[in-house]
Amino acid sequence: MQDTEAAIVMNRAGDDVAFGLENRGVPADQIWARVDEALAAVGFPDGRDARTDALSGGEQQRLAIAGILALRPGLLLLDEVTANLDPAGVALVCDVLATVLTATGSTAVLVEHRVEQVVDLVDRAVVLEPGGGIVADGPPAEVFGRHGDALAARGVWVPGRHPVVRRTARAPAGPPLVRAEAVRLRYPGATRDALPPTDLTLRSGQAIAVTGPNGAGKSSLALTCAGLLRPTSGTVGAAGPLAGRAAGRPLWGWPARELARAVGTVFQDPEHQFVARSVREELALGPRLTGADDASAAARVDELLERLGLAALADANPFTLSGGEKRRLSVATAIATAPAVVVADEPTFGQDALTWAALADLLADLRDDGCALALVTHDRALVDAVTDNELELS
Amino acid sequence: MSLLVPLAPNPEAPLARRNPVAKLAAATIVMAGLLLTLDPVTPAVLLAIELAAVPLTGVRWSVLARRTWPLLVGVAGVTLANLLIVDSGDPRVLLALGPFDVTVGAAEAALAVSLRLLGIALPGVLVLASTDPMDLADALVQRWRVPARFAYGALAALRLLPQLAGDWHQIGRARRARGIEAGRSPLARVRLFFSQVLAVLVAAIRRAVRLATAMEARGFDAGVPRTVARPQPMRAGDWALVLAALAAVGVATAVAVAAGTWSLAFT
Repeated sequence: MQDTEAAIVMNRAGDDVAFGLENRGVPADQIWARVDEALAAVGFPDGRDARTDALSGGEQQRLAIAGILALRPGLLLLDEVTANLDPAGVALVCDVLATVLTATGSTAVLVEHRVEQVVDLVDRAVVLEPGGGIVADGPPAEVFGRHGDALAARGVWVPGRHPVVRRTARAPAGPPLVRAEAVRLRYPGATRDALPPTDLTLRSGQAIAVTGPNGAGKSSLALTCAGLLRPTSGTVGAAGPLAGRAAGRPLWGWPARELARAVGTVFQDPEHQFVARSVREELALGPRLTGADDASAAARVDELLERLGLAALADANPFTLSGGEKRRLSVATAIATAPAVVVADEPTFGQDALTWAALADLLADLRDDGCALALVTHDRALVDAVTDNELELS
Repeated sequence: MSLLVPLAPNPEAPLARRNPVAKLAAATIVMAGLLLTLDPVTPAVLLAIELAAVPLTGVRWSVLARRTWPLLVGVAGVTLANLLIVDSGDPRVLLALGPFDVTVGAAEAALAVSLRLLGIALPGVLVLASTDPMDLADALVQRWRVPARFAYGALAALRLLPQLAGDWHQIGRARRARGIEAGRSPLARVRLFFSQVLAVLVAAIRRAVRLATAMEARGFDAGVPRTVARPQPMRAGDWALVLAALAAVGVATAVAVAAGTWSLAFT
């Protein structure tokens, strides 16, 4: 499943794996042996009593695979199992799958955008035609070797090809717009910091990548720099040309409309930020609230719809879009107010190579127009293509 | 809400180890004994026994206090109302507080009511606080034939509860990021509050649908008879707990009858 959190049913790892076995009516005396076998097969380190809500993304995905494996299925269906995992998590899950498939002789069907990550696991690649039918089918080397150009042109992530050439900043970085100093975050009741003290300065015309493993505090840092989270200690404030608007106030204390005009934020879960009934209304909301006139708002909305391939969906309800479309819409809503700063959490999640390239281009354009970008991401291709600096949290 | 959310119990404590169904039965017996009478003596004796049993449940006093403070505030309110407002018809004034006269009869009634409320609530709180929800679901399904569909469905849903709070904050932040805020108008505040509640509900339903799909994908409620990975038998100690609860109610009732205060609630 794409959403690992939702694939786990029980509070303890062992109970979660046992759940499927109980449902299938496996005799009670065999259940725990099979649970242990499945946990061992995926290399789950923490044992049966591990709390499932304390696991990292990669561990959750391993547990989810163990829950399926315990049932000894002949066929595994895996939908973007590497989505939103850090590189270590991706490697872990791929290792587990390679071992398990060899050991059990099961068939696995992997649904995946980022073919490169799993291409070594598969014997056959099938490229589907949008709307039905099959574009290509055969051994991966043949499919991607022979049809590589045609597939890449249609947006398939052909291994070894990068859809966008690197775009470095056109001009040196401008003045700082947001300055976070020694920001530290600890949630109430937590025993450790969600984010250890960190400095980050966002400059006009500069794109910074914030990278690091799951749980390192990347999203917390992003929300703090976007003025949406009050740090436990440390300061975050607007600087330079941005400071005049609400001088002296910390960013988290700004009125919402001022903040929306200054900083655009793309949330990890796009659904959290949708408030309107249609894609067009969703995009028009920001400009309207921040006082743009109707004509310029409409022009901005049309431009974004066109650039991000959402024009055909303008009247659709945002919640009915696919995961990748929702992601593009959430990026578009964040930049619709033409903010001076854009903070985006995994902005390229779930994209095919063409929509990915459109997003990367859009982000690079924003930067070259003088916007300050902070991109929280596991997407190495995006870091390489667009960003000028990298802040790696650990 | 915090009364109901289970905590990670200490599974080694003598009473925490008992079968959850036995604990529920014992708590029900004590509650029934208290519902039968209106006097202050029965609840006083039972409450003393309950408090003596708290260390056996493995629930620490500090945790219990944190868990039950809304309850304690409620009991204090009811007690105060009884003291000041209820007219007992008793002419003996215990304390004159300006416009209010606290009579001896009112003080007795207030004492009885507060002891009764505490005595009834405490067993339930202790059962929930000392029981792993997984064990409770297992025991309900195995011993009391509660449908697995209901018990494990509720159990899985319980996992999502803390995430609702996270959704609430995150949706609030997302709206702020979009420039949506109520400002000073109280009407706008109310409207915004309800629209955010709606958004959280929508998020909860979508999450629940994904969870249901995940459960179905693993064969839940597919019509195959389920087996049990964690048997929950009724052992001698579990029966002893039920008998101990009966004995406690018996002793408390006997003391109250001997003291001449026992009075049937339904007359």
